[in-house]
Amino acid sequence: MNAQPSPPTSDLEYRWGRNFQEKAIEAMLFLAAFLAVAVTASIMVILVTESVGLFQTVSIVEFLTGTEWAPMFEPPTYGILPLVCGTLMTSLIALIVAIPMGTLSAMYLSEFASLRAREWIKPSLEILAGIPTVVYGYFALLFVTPLLQKILPSLPGFNMLSPGIVMGIMIIPLVASISEDAMRSVPRELREGSYAAGATRFQTALKVVFPAAISGISSSYILSVSRAVGETMIVAIAAGLQPIITFNPLEPAATITAFIVQVSLGDLPHGSTAYQTIFAAGLVLALMTLVFNIFGHFLSKRYRENY
Amino acid sequence: MVSETSGHRSQSGIAHKAKVEAVNLSFYYGGSKAAIKNVSLAIPEKQITALIGPSGCGKTTLLRCFNRMHDLYDNNRYEGKILLDSTVNLISTKIDPIEVRMRVGMVFQRPNPFPKSIYENVAYGLRIRGESRRRVIDQKVEQSLQQAALWNEVKDRLNDQAYDLSGGQQQRLCIARALATDPELILFDEPTSALDPIATANVEQLMLQLKDKVTMLVVTHSMQQAARISDYTAFMYLGELVEFDQTSKIFSAPAQEKTRDYIGGRFG
Ligand SMILES: Nc1ncnc2c1ncn2[C@@H]1O[C@H](COP(=O)(O)OP(=O)(O)OP(=O)(O)O)[C@@H](O)[C@H]1O
Ligand SMILES: [Mg+2]
Repeated sequence: MNAQPSPPTSDLEYRWGRNFQEKAIEAMLFLAAFLAVAVTASIMVILVTESVGLFQTVSIVEFLTGTEWAPMFEPPTYGILPLVCGTLMTSLIALIVAIPMGTLSAMYLSEFASLRAREWIKPSLEILAGIPTVVYGYFALLFVTPLLQKILPSLPGFNMLSPGIVMGIMIIPLVASISEDAMRSVPRELREGSYAAGATRFQTALKVVFPAAISGISSSYILSVSRAVGETMIVAIAAGLQPIITFNPLEPAATITAFIVQVSLGDLPHGSTAYQTIFAAGLVLALMTLVFNIFGHFLSKRYRENY
Repeated sequence: MVSETSGHRSQSGIAHKAKVEAVNLSFYYGGSKAAIKNVSLAIPEKQITALIGPSGCGKTTLLRCFNRMHDLYDNNRYEGKILLDSTVNLISTKIDPIEVRMRVGMVFQRPNPFPKSIYENVAYGLRIRGESRRRVIDQKVEQSLQQAALWNEVKDRLNDQAYDLSGGQQQRLCIARALATDPELILFDEPTSALDPIATANVEQLMLQLKDKVTMLVVTHSMQQAARISDYTAFMYLGELVEFDQTSKIFSAPAQEKTRDYIGGRFG
């Protein structure tokens, strides 16, 4: 940079090469992170702009509070509540299955299973997670529903219970693996403290390991909520696609996702009101997921891991 | 090597009844190499016994035999006996390790409070023993915190998280937790190594106050600490017990050359 003879301190000189490399890496990492944010943002923008069209014909209030959903009929009605209801009901059933089963599996794997048992069970759970959801959908429709009909003869062929349960089974590995990681990272001293006090394995798992890992465990629950709310194929195949408001799990229903897939498979004219409902429904779905995520974030902040 | 050293020979000065006694105790972390080699050691009742020796000599390993902590992990093996009150062999396969731990408390090197409130930490041992009477638990929690010299600092915040306490307070909480179930023996593994001098002094003070109620066995790296608080000192080297005697004797006139070297700071 200058013409002076290099002083003896020259080996402390600013390393342009190394610093440039650092900056370049930093820029690349930023780009990767930025890309994810940008994609999310543009999806939101598309959802909003396309929905705006709908809200010029249908009032937002009617859309959000109407109890009848028939956008393709004459005269069309645009009340999203039946779809929200179907989504929440099937998700609730799924969570009632997935959360206890997933948590118990995680507890078993982390605190009880021998090395050999883990070697068998973990890959099996991973396989469960890798099955395509279409397969789960037909599993619900063709296997679980008939099975349930043996116990409940009045159960219709399409209902919320069966896809809900199957969706729960699909989500078990998600809850189990994240919760297991959280429990396994609880320090050994904490466990030993409990054992040293005379606790059994189960007492230790339930009263010390579980609360110590609650932050990670609750984030697995939140993820599973998003997964359930967003699940499409299983409910589209086995729940019946009938938008009615009901809290009876034995009845059929349509979810937001099932509606979207149903409608977008037909050939709707671009820009038609029915076409725009897809985006409005998608927006509601995205917002629901967002609310659950914020709520979950808040929860796990509150029960932060501090050992 | 010190293989011909017999623990018994140097026990001449032991005037107290033994609370627990290791008899030809060996311990293996799997394999055939013993981490504890044929140790015979009688821990005097209602006294503080210090366990000293260079790093890796087996102090922690020996300590954890007394509450069967090693049973938590596979492949660990004991040989010999540990007699409680000169009668029951604690490491017999007929004895339930959980029952042993019900009667022997333990305080760890790093404070390890549970992710619960201060109150629930102390109540933990009572609750897992099935105690549910609020009055009994309240009283025991207060008493234990008093004994652990922590009551005055926490009595207005018993429902706060235990993590909100300082390191020294957390360690005293762990001592209170161990005291709440009235153990007959408390094992301390370097209980003050994570604490500053003031917190260390507090814990030492506390141990001295507990002496007339409970037998204590404490692993320590600090010779000064052993000298300050213990009545008896056992010196271990390479998994063997080299010498066991009254602390005053060990520090003034050790019988074994190895002990003299260690105390004189020539190794370890
Ligand atoms: N879990 C384990 N598995 C196998 N070997 C172990 C295990 N824990 C300790 N050891 C070995 O047993 C010996 C005694 O270890 P121990 O922890 O009892 O030493 P220590 O005297 O407590 O040392 P320090 O003063 O450093 O804590 C060491 O050689 C150690 O490597
Ligand atoms: Mg140690």
